[in-house]
Amino acid sequence: MELFHNLVFGFGVAFSLQNLLYCAIGVSVGTLIGVLPGIGPLATIAMLLPLTFNVAPVGAMIMLAGIYYGAQYGGSTTAILVNLPGETSAVVTCLDGYQMARQGRAGPALAIAAIGSFVAGTFGTLLIAIAGPPLAGLALKFGAPEYFSLMLMGLVAAAVLAQGDMVKSLAMVAMGLLLGIVGTDVNSGVQRFSFGINELTDGIGFIVLAVGVFAIGEIVANLGHPEERRFFTDKVKNLMPTKQDLKQSIGPITRGTLLGSFFGVLPGTGPAIASFSSYMMEKKLAKDPSRFGKGAIEGVAGPESANNADAQCKFIPMLTLGLPASGVMALMLGALTIQGIQPGPEVMTTRPELFWGLIASMWIGNALLVVLNLPMIGLWVKLLKVPYRFLFPAIMSFSAIGVYSVNNSSFEIYLTALFGIIGFVWLKLGCSPAPMLLGFVLGPMMEEHLRRAMLMSRGDASVFVTRPISLAFIVATVAILILMVAPAVRARRGEIAG
Amino acid sequence: MQLEFRSNRDFWAGVMLIATGAVAIFIARNYSFGDALRMGPGYFPSVLGGSLIVFGIYLLAAGLRRNEKIEGNWSLRALIVLPLSLVLFGLLMEHAGFVPALMVLIVGSTAAGSEFNLIEALVLAAGLTAFAVVLFIWGIGLPYPLIVGW
Repeated sequence: MELFHNLVFGFGVAFSLQNLLYCAIGVSVGTLIGVLPGIGPLATIAMLLPLTFNVAPVGAMIMLAGIYYGAQYGGSTTAILVNLPGETSAVVTCLDGYQMARQGRAGPALAIAAIGSFVAGTFGTLLIAIAGPPLAGLALKFGAPEYFSLMLMGLVAAAVLAQGDMVKSLAMVAMGLLLGIVGTDVNSGVQRFSFGINELTDGIGFIVLAVGVFAIGEIVANLGHPEERRFFTDKVKNLMPTKQDLKQSIGPITRGTLLGSFFGVLPGTGPAIASFSSYMMEKKLAKDPSRFGKGAIEGVAGPESANNADAQCKFIPMLTLGLPASGVMALMLGALTIQGIQPGPEVMTTRPELFWGLIASMWIGNALLVVLNLPMIGLWVKLLKVPYRFLFPAIMSFSAIGVYSVNNSSFEIYLTALFGIIGFVWLKLGCSPAPMLLGFVLGPMMEEHLRRAMLMSRGDASVFVTRPISLAFIVATVAILILMVAPAVRARRGEIAG
Repeated sequence: MQLEFRSNRDFWAGVMLIATGAVAIFIARNYSFGDALRMGPGYFPSVLGGSLIVFGIYLLAAGLRRNEKIEGNWSLRALIVLPLSLVLFGLLMEHAGFVPALMVLIVGSTAAGSEFNLIEALVLAAGLTAFAVVLFIWGIGLPYPLIVGW
């Protein structure tokens, strides 16, 4: 009954006029950037973060979360209508969604995507509400060694499971940890890597780094590619899916939701992995797999549910353990810190209105997405026609104003420009910057926990393996590494033998 | 075996990591290292710098073996023009005010694209700046002068 009580409390917070408004703004902005290719939730949240400083923490988090899951939603709209995945997670939706649109069934495809997302969102919300308190309760027992091992596991898992080269991701985590060190050392008061620059004594600004790498760096990279555009001219009519559609979708939506929730709590696995796995699963389970790729509604229902469940469940480790499982969650964690809230298991007890209000708002947001967006699809499609050459100067403006407004500091603008260049170089070298952000956010905390753990144990590193919870995390870390390295080793041996 | 260093992606990723790690260790020499019991401020950065070098060497070697190319072009124009516009924005915010800073940033940014058209850029800059003034200065209330001395 406590769950019920908590949820009622949360809905009370989320249903305040102000928070409803923030939720609506959040999901609308989210849908907008989800529709627009070339700008993702990471860059948007980084760029709009400074504007939430004057907003109460609950409202700020509700809005930022809305941007995040709204973007998943908008991404699928363009995937179905114009075969253009607004977000990476929607790539799979293109396969059958666009085929359905070409057969004149864009309406049902969009509706099923929306229904699937809503079901998944509801389930994800419930899962957070149920799993949150016990997880946070467990985490309250953690000491410094447990936290260090947990963060190590989180970072390694995030790097290993992320798309792309594993070694590069691990290296980028280390890079982020290193960037997180810049500034005054809390223990000794020594200035580290600040090069005698006054503005660096407090460290590199979180927003400076995020905007530089994810907004500016991405724009430079995008300008390197020629613009490509495809248009879908037919009007969307007849949104209602048939009974047959609904019947075919129940299974995929259920399976997709469960699969997405599972991937959601794992660090590093983006929504793209969840939706791809769901697609493969549906194709395997189908009586007639040849329909896939030719407009099978299961190929829309499953992946769309999976990616929304994943997005929702990514909040579980962030809210209960203070552990970001993805780049966006690292930003959310940064947003909390900037609001003066120390992320971790205490949030649930010290700021219950934040925890339960945010959860309730996610359910409201998902409902809003269905209600508001289906009638607005025409508008979103029109927005797609805005060429990138109008779009990126707007992104530049928002980024610059956002960064400047944090400390009214021109220096931070120059630093943003520098990180824009660095971020672009990273992209070019195939070094994904998302793991870097995780390292950057966790770096200072990790160093602190490491030092404390070593002090506790009088310099004996075995403390990490003699305490059971910490040992479990270390074992999991090693297991993840072995699992990932093993197939590569085997393959190479095979090559030599062959 | 022909080696094309200039466009070998992993080779340069390795070089970048080794250089970063080396610089980190070099600078961290000035901070006391301490020991495992009482870690000095130099402990964590040195260890991280060391691991960056190890990752870098691995990638460098892997790059020589795999020889994967850097994709796409370097979009040098955008790479120079966009950061430069930001720097101008920073300077103008301090000395000229919100409106000139933003106008310069927007016109400058559009010049980074391949289809630059001055009239279009000016119209876009005027529109976006007006929008930003309404939203940020009048709406949110950011305390910046529209034009310094006005």
